[in-house]
Amino acid sequence: MTSVVATNQTILVVGGGISGMTAALEAAETGKQVVLVEKNPYLGGRTVQLYRYFPKMCHPTCGLEINLRRLKANPRIQVLTMAEVTGISGDKGAYSVSVKLKPRYVNDNCTACGECGKAVKTEIDDAFNYNLGKIKAAYLPSSMAYPQRYVIDAAIVGTSDGEVAKAACKYNAVELDMQEEVVTLNAGAIVWATGWQPYDATKIVYYGYGRFPNVISNVEFERLADPHGPTGGKILRPSDGKEAKNVAFIQCAGSRDENHLRHCSRFCCMASLKQTHYVQEAFGDAGKSTIYYIDIRAIDRFEDFYQNVKSNPNVNFVKSKVARITEDKEGNPICNGVNVEGYKRYATAHDLVVLAVGMEPSVKGMDIPAEVMSDSSGFIMADPANAGIFGAGCATNALDVNRAVQSATAAALRAIQVVNKVARAEA
Amino acid sequence: MGANNVNDVNTQMAERYKNNFLKEIEEQAEMGDWVKMCMQCGLCSGSCPTSFQAGWDHPPQELFMMIRAGKRDEVLSSSSMWMCTSCYNCYVRCPRKVPVTHVMHGIAEYAYRIGRAPKNQPTQHLSKTFWDNCTKYGRVNEVKLTQSLYFKDGIGSGIKKAMEMQSVALGLVKSGRLNPMEAIGGGHKCKDLKGIHAMLAKAKELEAQRKAAKATAAG
Repeated sequence: MTSVVATNQTILVVGGGISGMTAALEAAETGKQVVLVEKNPYLGGRTVQLYRYFPKMCHPTCGLEINLRRLKANPRIQVLTMAEVTGISGDKGAYSVSVKLKPRYVNDNCTACGECGKAVKTEIDDAFNYNLGKIKAAYLPSSMAYPQRYVIDAAIVGTSDGEVAKAACKYNAVELDMQEEVVTLNAGAIVWATGWQPYDATKIVYYGYGRFPNVISNVEFERLADPHGPTGGKILRPSDGKEAKNVAFIQCAGSRDENHLRHCSRFCCMASLKQTHYVQEAFGDAGKSTIYYIDIRAIDRFEDFYQNVKSNPNVNFVKSKVARITEDKEGNPICNGVNVEGYKRYATAHDLVVLAVGMEPSVKGMDIPAEVMSDSSGFIMADPANAGIFGAGCATNALDVNRAVQSATAAALRAIQVVNKVARAEA
Repeated sequence: MGANNVNDVNTQMAERYKNNFLKEIEEQAEMGDWVKMCMQCGLCSGSCPTSFQAGWDHPPQELFMMIRAGKRDEVLSSSSMWMCTSCYNCYVRCPRKVPVTHVMHGIAEYAYRIGRAPKNQPTQHLSKTFWDNCTKYGRVNEVKLTQSLYFKDGIGSGIKKAMEMQSVALGLVKSGRLNPMEAIGGGHKCKDLKGIHAMLAKAKELEAQRKAAKATAAG
């Protein structure tokens, strides 16, 4: 049985991405007890799946390393991975929360030596790389994974491959009889930081995502550019592995659209501008990027970044929302539409099309097992009547990493005030 | 004295930027109040199956921008609204849910109503002929509709067209899809022609009332 120490003075943080980690650390560093619950087998969420951040073009591993050091140094945070909150009852200052823990089939003895991964034969979809490749069914989710422990996929438990993994382990870390369990814990305040998911681009039928292999999403492009990704950091297009030197970026793929996501997802303009750097770095002047856009929304102090990309002669801006993607015989996607500057039709072939898909909350407001107020997109809204559950990061709005961290810190402060009141009452 | 002059100058300057034509379209054209919602993304034009470059003066989002820029003459005499085939692709896809198809028809109808629509425009001719035919008989008299379209450019071209389509017409007659008796007032009719005429007259009256009310409300 997993044991969790939690009282009404504990803050529960749901979601271990950059927002959840930040909220947990900020609260714990003021001396509060924190339980951090994460659905994946590792912390870091979508942020660690990025190749680089804008605007400084630094690697997320750097920021993650700092946060992991803070986490390891802090005895007040208990981390539960492969865990999902299934029910919340009670009220501010006295919540009772049930958490479902999925078995990892690997215990604390694991040294991440990798022998189990070498031994097993079965391959599963590589979720960390947005299913762009396959991985062994005994795996370390990413090189930076925390906890630094392997995972045995449920697919090989009860098969001979499962036994192979167990036999390969020198540390007695593989436990194939681990069971799913539900723990109940107390909390005085809850920070809900379940983050975002990319909008399902197959719903934008006229872009052919899912039908044309060379139409991919922006999050997948991050993995293509990342040296730890499925192509080893080479920008190769999925259909034939050809170098994608002529890349189109389609903005507002799903966002700002009453038929899809009503809101502006805010980060996608900057993400595409950032990704033109990847093309430039990979191929130099042979790498050409075209951004199809309605308006470029390089919000806040990112205008400089935009102007910098704009001055790059290898980046072309076309003011138009692409209306349809077709494919030629060589598998090149062709963007069809009308250029708003001049109102001329175009049909332009590219090696690869990247859809700048928007953000939607990964858990929509109405699916949260507690009373929270949410907007029409499912993002959590501030609600004065609900004084104990606080949204943080992309669960509350479409935010970039920087803003998500600010939001998380604010949520931590609110949660701290609630448990402080509980502490005073109990003293 | 000086202050008054400044105010005059301000009023004059403001007048220059007041868009009376957008207001006019909003008040007069069916669905015209949607024009201001367009964000110029171009998805409507890109989705248009008519490949407008050949026949169209202006794709929809250009037309919307021209309305907002106050280009009254160019908009009202444009052929674009008349080229729309009502496939509704633009309406379905518009990210702002602008009923593009309906707005196009609304502007076309308004241009026609005030006598500014382009002359000898074939779609317009068909619409008018169809409407007259349909309201006169209570349902479309297909033979007479075809006749009036074939002979619109004179007897010679009409006979030529009719000869070209002879086998199609015979095929339609044989399969019971076309009744030649319609040419002399036979064929299928509606049950209550008087009732339909009364209904149309009432609808026209109500529409006129509604438009007048809207114009008054807009002041």
